[in-house]
Amino acid sequence: MENKQPVIQIKNLCKSYRRGSQIIPVLENINLEIAQCEFLALMGPSGSGKSTLLNLIAGIDKADSGIINVAGTDINSLSETELAGWRAGHVGFIFQFYNLIPVLTAYENVELPLLLTGLSRKQRRAHVETALKIVNLSDRMDHYPGQLSGGQQQRVAIARAIVTDPAIVVADEPTGDLDRVSAEEVLELMERLVNELCKTIIMVTHDPRAAKKAHVIRHLDKGVLNATPQAYF
Amino acid sequence: MQLLKLIFKNAFRHRLRTFLTITGISIAILAFGLLRTVVNAWYAGVEASAANRLVSRNAISLVFPLPLSYKEKIRQIEGVTNVSYGNWFGGVYIDEKNFFANFAVEPKSYLELYPEFILPQDQKAILLRDRKGFAAGRKLVEKYKWKLGDTVVLKGTIFPGTWDFVLRGVYKGRDKSIDETQFFFHWDYLNESLKKSFPMRADQVGFYLIGIKNPNVAADVSEAVDRTFKNSLAETLTETEKAFQMSFISMSEAIVVAIQLVSFVVIIIIMAVMANTMAMSARERIAEYAVLKTLGFGGTYITALIFGESLFISSAGCIIGIILTFPAAKIFGDAMSQFFPIFNVSWNTVYLDVAASVVVGGASAIIPAYRAVSIRIAEGLRRIG
Ligand SMILES: Nc1ncnc2c1ncn2[C@@H]1O[C@H](COP(=O)(O)OP(=O)(O)OP(=O)(O)O)[C@@H](O)[C@H]1O
Ligand SMILES: [Mg+2]
Repeated sequence: MENKQPVIQIKNLCKSYRRGSQIIPVLENINLEIAQCEFLALMGPSGSGKSTLLNLIAGIDKADSGIINVAGTDINSLSETELAGWRAGHVGFIFQFYNLIPVLTAYENVELPLLLTGLSRKQRRAHVETALKIVNLSDRMDHYPGQLSGGQQQRVAIARAIVTDPAIVVADEPTGDLDRVSAEEVLELMERLVNELCKTIIMVTHDPRAAKKAHVIRHLDKGVLNATPQAYF
Repeated sequence: MQLLKLIFKNAFRHRLRTFLTITGISIAILAFGLLRTVVNAWYAGVEASAANRLVSRNAISLVFPLPLSYKEKIRQIEGVTNVSYGNWFGGVYIDEKNFFANFAVEPKSYLELYPEFILPQDQKAILLRDRKGFAAGRKLVEKYKWKLGDTVVLKGTIFPGTWDFVLRGVYKGRDKSIDETQFFFHWDYLNESLKKSFPMRADQVGFYLIGIKNPNVAADVSEAVDRTFKNSLAETLTETEKAFQMSFISMSEAIVVAIQLVSFVVIIIIMAVMANTMAMSARERIAEYAVLKTLGFGGTYITALIFGESLFISSAGCIIGIILTFPAAKIFGDAMSQFFPIFNVSWNTVYLDVAASVVVGGASAIIPAYRAVSIRIAEGLRRIG
């Protein structure tokens, strides 16, 4: 793998949760660099803090200490409102259960993030149509999530994640709820996002088959980040 | 635009739940409106009273009469423009249940003092000429299907005997607040018969109606009237027509207060129902709100979604409730016309309906909106499946 400029730099990151008077450390002193156009898979046992780390990188949770520098911004020092604006511009989200709004059509779901931009209706339409074309669902844009298969819903979610053209896409077990064929389609799509659109993708997964698609695999165990043991494959 | 669309779609996600909630609110608004209208009907006499009319009665009690001879003395008091007088007759038409107000009055001055009773000139002329003639309000005449020239017989209660009268005039109210169910006839007719049968009770009147120059002299004239008859056999108590009408209501004030209370309890109950609906909906959508926040939508947007939905449902119920209130009040008013001669839904009631629904919709959204906005995104996203 050639060396590229890191777009994400994490230094001495710590995160713990409080349960009553008890403090539960989840992430301890994490250091990580992710290059531009890199596809990184984050693995590890359940409860190891994968989702927590992903949320911190994506700016939907706050670290206790440490630095998360994404494309030149230390996001841990931003306020809630600043973070919301930052997320809208820089990060696309893909969730295990797709999390589409069930009363909105595929088109409207994909359009949602664009409502926060200053784009005109016509410009929004162009963006949404492009995004749906990339995920190969142009013919389903008037369908509601309930009328789509799991794989199709996840592809709509991917379209929603990329419609604002963010530099980074985070995905928390994007294939966790899909059958093998649909999972394969989704993974191929994510590979294309990296290769053709130069997105940086961080994907949490339990599935070694999914992880294989990534350029880099990192392993979280009990809050500590390890290089992938070769024996894993 | 998109926000409104989403609010609307959210509101109809659980059709049955939304339908039941809207139905509940409509019924509550209907009940509230009817109860307020009952309260208004109670005060209708007070509302319709004029500021330039005084009522003078026996100071001991309304059931004791005043001598007819007071009339001339009252007329001479400074500020008095007109004097009429009469008796509560209390006659029964066929059966006790056919209750309506009937008075023996001096009709010429009475009609002068009540310009809000509109009687055609020709009818008025005939009425004044016919001693046995009577005039009645339009609603009363319609209810019993009387026609001009019909003879109507009342059974006396306070004044024993059967009394027959001829319908000579049908008056209309100047506006909707005027009682169109009164029945009044010549005081002279009553007095002539009393002279024959109960001479002791003749030349006595139950009340004087006093017209005054303007409302400002009401206090002075009242005082002057009462002073004139101080230390006589029948002392007077003179007050404005409004105060006089009020004195009837104060006897039943507790009931009115109870009705008012119930009307607000209805609103509080429906607020609990509405709050429950919104709490359920918002709880189910916590993950969706978290997704919206993840995408960068702020608390204001989430708050607008939840308040919008709540207010949409409560206003839908309110509109249906208000629309139903009018026919319901008509039916209720017709059925109860002997107790509530005036039974109109006032604008004030409609405004209160609207205010109540805004309060219900707004209050129900506060806690769900607070929860949805304050929950951490990571926490909200976990609530899936
Ligand atoms: N809000 C919270 N309050 C308390 N503890 C929490 C909270 N969120 C997560 N945790 C704890 O932090 C640890 C890491 O959770 P996390 O969701 O990051 O794990 P994960 O690696 O994503 O697991 P999985 O593979 O099951 O999704 C777990 O022990 C979890 O119980
Ligand atoms: Mg997880």
